[in-house]
Amino acid sequence: MQMKGIGKVFPGVVANDGIDLEIIPGEIHTLLGENGAGKTTLMNVLYGLYQPDAGEIYLRGRRVAIGDPNVAIALGIGMVHQHFMLIPPFTVAENIVLGDEPRKGRVFIDMKKAIRDVEAISEKYGLKVDPLARVENISVSMQQRVEILKALHRGAEILILDEPTAVLIPQEVRELKMITDNLAAQGKAIIFITHKLKEVMAMSHRITVIRRGKVAGSVNPQETTPAALASMMVGREVLLQVEKGPASPGETLLSVENLEAVNNRKLPALRGISFELRAGEILGIAGVDGNGQSELVEVITGLRKANGGRLQIKGRDMTNKGPRQMAEAGVAHIPEDRQKRGLILDFNVAENLILGSYFKRPFARGINLRYDRVYSHARELIKEFDVRTPHEKTPAKSLSGGNQQKVILAREFDMSPEILVAAQPTRGLDVGAIEFVHHRLVEQRDKGKAILLVSLELDEILSLSDRIAVMYGGKIVGMVDAADADEEELGLMMAGGGQRDEGESAALRGATRNA
Amino acid sequence: MREKKEVVPAPAGAATPVASTPWRGLRLGDFERVWIAVLAVLIGMVVGALFVLWSGKNPLVAYQALWQASFANWSSFGEMLVNVTPLIFTGLAIAFAFRAGLFNIGAEGQFIVGQIAAAWAGYAFTGLPAVLHVTLALLAGFLAGALWAAVPAYLKAKRGVHEVINTIMMNYIALYFTHFLVNGVLRGHPYLPVTKEILPTARLFRFLPNALIAESSRVNAGFLVALACALLVYYLMWKTTVGYEIRAVGLNPTAAEYRGISVAKNLILAMLVSGGLAGIGGAVQVLGIQYKFYDIFSFTNYGFDGIAVALIGNNHPAGVLGGALLFGFLARGGTAMQSIAEVPKEIINIIQAAIIIFVAADMMIRRLFRLKRKGVTDGALE
Repeated sequence: MQMKGIGKVFPGVVANDGIDLEIIPGEIHTLLGENGAGKTTLMNVLYGLYQPDAGEIYLRGRRVAIGDPNVAIALGIGMVHQHFMLIPPFTVAENIVLGDEPRKGRVFIDMKKAIRDVEAISEKYGLKVDPLARVENISVSMQQRVEILKALHRGAEILILDEPTAVLIPQEVRELKMITDNLAAQGKAIIFITHKLKEVMAMSHRITVIRRGKVAGSVNPQETTPAALASMMVGREVLLQVEKGPASPGETLLSVENLEAVNNRKLPALRGISFELRAGEILGIAGVDGNGQSELVEVITGLRKANGGRLQIKGRDMTNKGPRQMAEAGVAHIPEDRQKRGLILDFNVAENLILGSYFKRPFARGINLRYDRVYSHARELIKEFDVRTPHEKTPAKSLSGGNQQKVILAREFDMSPEILVAAQPTRGLDVGAIEFVHHRLVEQRDKGKAILLVSLELDEILSLSDRIAVMYGGKIVGMVDAADADEEELGLMMAGGGQRDEGESAALRGATRNA
Repeated sequence: MREKKEVVPAPAGAATPVASTPWRGLRLGDFERVWIAVLAVLIGMVVGALFVLWSGKNPLVAYQALWQASFANWSSFGEMLVNVTPLIFTGLAIAFAFRAGLFNIGAEGQFIVGQIAAAWAGYAFTGLPAVLHVTLALLAGFLAGALWAAVPAYLKAKRGVHEVINTIMMNYIALYFTHFLVNGVLRGHPYLPVTKEILPTARLFRFLPNALIAESSRVNAGFLVALACALLVYYLMWKTTVGYEIRAVGLNPTAAEYRGISVAKNLILAMLVSGGLAGIGGAVQVLGIQYKFYDIFSFTNYGFDGIAVALIGNNHPAGVLGGALLFGFLARGGTAMQSIAEVPKEIINIIQAAIIIFVAADMMIRRLFRLKRKGVTDGALE
């Protein structure tokens, strides 16, 4: 397969600018690039979701025009999206044959044949699944297998995997590697889209780095290093490792004891959480999404009521105080959803920067809001935090994700908090912005703030934290010093303690995830 | 048709002034919004003209009659303002609630209870100086309107019941409750369903009373009260912490809650102020025009037209003034068109409807406009 000079322009953005890409059978080819570099656009062109404005696609030497995904499928191109496209109440077999069901007569689905087909391809490629299990009851890595099988069932020769490791723990990533190696050995071509450097090195045969819509380089993993890849991705030298000295923890600022809470569906989400957070340290909370991390953050920041347990700030009981009181007690909060919770997108940057302090001097005098102060304050913070915005009166929605996050950081740090709760502070940001956020978090720690870092990215937890707690099923199942932390061990804890087959633990995980 | 220009003034400086950033999606700048309103009016007039032609009449004659009805002399201008004034109040009321994310369909009912409360305060209190009496009667209107809005406000904020349903139902309660009052305890006439007339001290000053000059009109200080309210709404919404909270809640309640802004409190507050504004509108109608409360057999429609006024005005006080002026002008001109140009009055409804459709479908207008300017390249934009 060859793509030549692919160009795709969106209004105001050149997403792809003359990209050449060549994939050969049996190859695992990685597309590496930052968010917004154009990798997904390129793949959507290949899968027929977008039409290129320039360039040509050749398959087995023949030029093809891929008008829509059906054409792509017919040509043997399959795609596994980052967000799975499965129907939860259907069985594995039903999902796999969906859209291309074997039939009895004209209208009836031949379910027996479907199951036989599924078992056959599952056998052939070494992807074990239970065809009769319902998708809603199986784990995420299983669901991913189902997606891959679905593509193979449609006869995919080229398989596109969009950020396949985003939802997996380290052990599952290794399983995925075995699967992709096996597929490649059977002559399939695999295109693997990611922004994670470590996996790239382990998993691919060839790496193409995309930067700002162009190919920045194409290398073999043996000939390069993660650092070299990172600088290719970003276009300058990047510090991969966060520079930080040893922590010097001080007094205990936040302590929670036996905290219990329910989630939005009134199901238990926190089942007795206890820990202490001290000044001058970063406590990382690791865990797979949906194990109570969001609820924990909400309880600590006053956005969710605890049904049991105690929460103390500097020895003072603050259980079930509201968000304003928690903020006034010195708890700043970088929320996990910056667009829904962290910002008012239709407010301008300046108005967003006073969201926590608009009612205080110098901004408020009586009920008057002194906009001259609001704007001068905004100009200072924009400068200090290097927010790239044309104006302090620009609506927050016009800013890039990284700059939106800088606005939130600026606002929360400006509250001079003692405790900082950072929930997935780098989600969806590019490398430059991630560096910035990490650097600022460590800086705050060194100033003696207590930082609670919740992240789904294990690497982030490992590189920033001084201590690491692992959450599973609403409990803290392990607490280790970052110095002694072992990725393997953390991975096992994230999966619920040890057993990694599709037994009870996976079902439980599936259930909490759906919650 | 050239003369229609001045009908729509510029809604200056909405929520986020400067800075539309061209590289990140299209943003409707304020300037563009004014353009859309002007274009919508022009298109509405053209559509209306087509219907006039269809009915075999001359559109120019019709539109001349329309214009003359409001701008022939001071008297007609004053009478137009009489039409405009209540629409400013109801428009402001709906715009205010809308900024908090609430759709107040109940301005009609709030207007009605404001009327009867002001009428009662206008005759029940005696021996007050005029300034005090007028203020008191306006306050009575405000409180009645706010009280009427309080029910849906409470249900929305504390029980999560959608305000549209409840405000609509409160309209009917207002209609029949005032009917009950004016035929009962508040009846001020032996056989007519009206209240007593308000005292002279409660009347709003009329600028063109018959006695002084030849041209007369009922236009009164109520128009100034309306302008003052528009200014006040602007100040409250964009210059105070109160407005900051309300707008924050309206735009993103999740984010507002996250930084400790009470969603429930602000929803209730916004709804009360909204109801109060509509209530003052009703009070002004009684204190400046009617001098008594007449039983209302069907809705006044000021509350409903206020929805369109707020929509055209983009929920901004300046825009509301423009929208009220336009609707007041059209309503007044409709009758004139019928009598002078013998064009059915309903043509005016068509024009109004066309304008609303085009403003509401601003996307559509933008699309049309862009197509004209840039050719067809942007067709696949969204």
